Amino acid sequence: MSARPGRPPVRARREARAGLAFVAPALTLIALFFVVPVVAGFLLAATDFDIYGIGDFTTARFVGLGNFAALLHDPVFWKALGNTFYFVLVGGPLSVGVSLGAAMLVNARLVRFKGFFRTVYFAPVVTTMAAVAVVWRYLYHPRFGLANQLLAAVGLPDVNWLGDPRWAMPAIILMAIWKNFGYNMIIFVAGLQGIPTTLYEAARVDGAGPWQQFRHITLPALRPMLVFVGIITMIGYFQIFTEPYVLTGGTGGPLNATLSLVMYMYKQGFRWWNIGFAAAVALVLFLIILAGTLVQMRLQRERS
Amino acid sequence: MAPTARPAGTAARTVWAVAAAGALLASGCGHASRETTVRFWGLGREGEVVQPLLRAFERSNPGVRVETQQIPFTAAHEKILTAFVGGSTPDVAQLGNTWIPELVALDALEPLGPRLARSSVKPVDFFPGIWATNEIDGEPFGVPWYVDTRVLFYRSDLFAQAGVSRPPRSWEEWRDDLRRVETLPGGERYGVLLPIDEWAQPVVFALQAHADLLAEGGRRGDFRDPAFRRAFDFYVSLFKERLAPPLGIAQVANPYQQFADGYFASWITGPWNLSEFRNRMPADHQGDWTTAPLPAPAEADYPGVSLAGGSSLVIFRDSPQKELAFRLIEYVAGVQAQVEFYRVIGDLPARVAAWDDPAIAGEPRLAAFREQLRHVDPMPRVPEWERIAWAIAEAAERVILGQQSADASLGQLQTEVDRMLAKRRFLLDRRARERTR
Repeated sequence: MSARPGRPPVRARREARAGLAFVAPALTLIALFFVVPVVAGFLLAATDFDIYGIGDFTTARFVGLGNFAALLHDPVFWKALGNTFYFVLVGGPLSVGVSLGAAMLVNARLVRFKGFFRTVYFAPVVTTMAAVAVVWRYLYHPRFGLANQLLAAVGLPDVNWLGDPRWAMPAIILMAIWKNFGYNMIIFVAGLQGIPTTLYEAARVDGAGPWQQFRHITLPALRPMLVFVGIITMIGYFQIFTEPYVLTGGTGGPLNATLSLVMYMYKQGFRWWNIGFAAAVALVLFLIILAGTLVQMRLQRERS
Repeated sequence: MAPTARPAGTAARTVWAVAAAGALLASGCGHASRETTVRFWGLGREGEVVQPLLRAFERSNPGVRVETQQIPFTAAHEKILTAFVGGSTPDVAQLGNTWIPELVALDALEPLGPRLARSSVKPVDFFPGIWATNEIDGEPFGVPWYVDTRVLFYRSDLFAQAGVSRPPRSWEEWRDDLRRVETLPGGERYGVLLPIDEWAQPVVFALQAHADLLAEGGRRGDFRDPAFRRAFDFYVSLFKERLAPPLGIAQVANPYQQFADGYFASWITGPWNLSEFRNRMPADHQGDWTTAPLPAPAEADYPGVSLAGGSSLVIFRDSPQKELAFRLIEYVAGVQAQVEFYRVIGDLPARVAAWDDPAIAGEPRLAAFREQLRHVDPMPRVPEWERIAWAIAEAAERVILGQQSADASLGQLQTEVDRMLAKRRFLLDRRARERTR
């Protein structure tokens, strides 16, 4: 809101004041419920505020970067970090790929009952996680589970899905993809419907096959959606919590194989009340997500 | 930890009082101003079924109203801490007895020693191991309400079929029995279910071996102690010998069905499962299971000790109604009220005399619990305990799943626990310095 030359500055100032008055409520709310907690979080991360601190404030000590040093020496932190990256790097692309595939399927001209399929694929997104977890725990049951019966049907040995440290994370990724792909699918469907059919017709006239059409028409046209979906999925997947929490009864087991960074933070902060330490974990997670987002945006910009 | 005035608490109480007054005005209860209100927080089902008892208390104390709030068990710990920070703690609350050390460290609870000295409720009326969980450095902060311990639930038919004539008395006898049960025909079978993601079982074995668990007055872990090592090795060996399945409780899905199927022939678990077994086991298997006290490391020590679990009733330091609050506790801890509570919900009474009531004495599967409750030991009473207990379970899990040797795992456990107790060491040392000054 800048004063244009020739206008009396008094009016500009009045306008500015009015504008401020309009945004003040929103700004106050943001300051109160966002800026203050974030700053408090930064400060907490430099203290050893814990359960004793809740009782008597003076027991909290300023430890500077001590929490971060302790973090780097905690094998469980590295385990949780590794698990989180595993989940993001394997689960993220798979999830986007499945969403895109499903979107193209339900958008294909040959498919009938499109609305029905869209609804069915979207249903897991809006189903309560706790209910989903109960069903999936049965699917993964080591003795009676459907997953093992399917393996047996093709002659593969049983897998102790949630009990074997090697298989627990794949089991969680599988469930997370099933639970989440519908949301991204809807976004992709919207994108696909915005591509003019004339482009495909022209491509076919020029002799382009299905793969070439996908590669040179669909993908470029979906780029904005891909950027959006990629970033949102990455941010969401870095913060994975509910899926392993409910599937493993809150433990992140077996042997911390499904312990994510957010679960680690939750355990430290809200189970053991090491609030300062948990704030440091949150800060690390924030930095990782920030870096991931910047990298993705840079990559996408370079490509376009 | 001197009692200090807490202005925040007072302010919050004022707000509360104003809000309460507003509510009363709104509801138009003109006479209510003459009533005194005691605020009671109950957890889970207990908070629900305690209502008739509280109404009876109101009848015998005219002019007193008990206002209850029921809190789900899973949210209770957080809710109580939040209430403490916000200065809105109730007058009386039910607490899991392992939470008492933490709230005492916060200076949130009223010491009950002086009131108990004048009361009809005496410490000797309760199971000694259970009472001990309410004392921190000799000062009582809670009165036991109901108790919870772990005993052996087993398939008496399978054990008899395997030629086992009595419940096991020593670890070795138990191991033998489990081996024999496993050789019975009838598909895949394990001798005992010890869910790998629960800390109760490894901790019970350690208590049985008389391991201290913590050293130097709770300043450090004590996991190089040979007694602890013996218990740890025994627990792990049950899995290594395939006598127990390496499964978490969540993976077992429906333990009652699998117990009925004989997939596992025994299970160390608590009193809440008495009614679950009655309701969920198929009718034709109802005569096939019973309970027994836990075996001990050596037969001479039989029965082995178990956990001194349960809930206690406490008074918060900020309470303006401490006298009334204590009277309420006395009432609920009375023998008659305890028997009544058992009838309604099946919780086991903490008062020894209540166990002579025919309703309890006549139930054969409770005999094992009564015997076991005479042999329960409290766990270390430090605020960090639950976290330490989980670390013990994880250390055992690492060995059971073959990720680490017992030596390496216990070394890691020792380091972890010492780190968990660092703040406690600092505070204890600081307090000691202040005292000498």
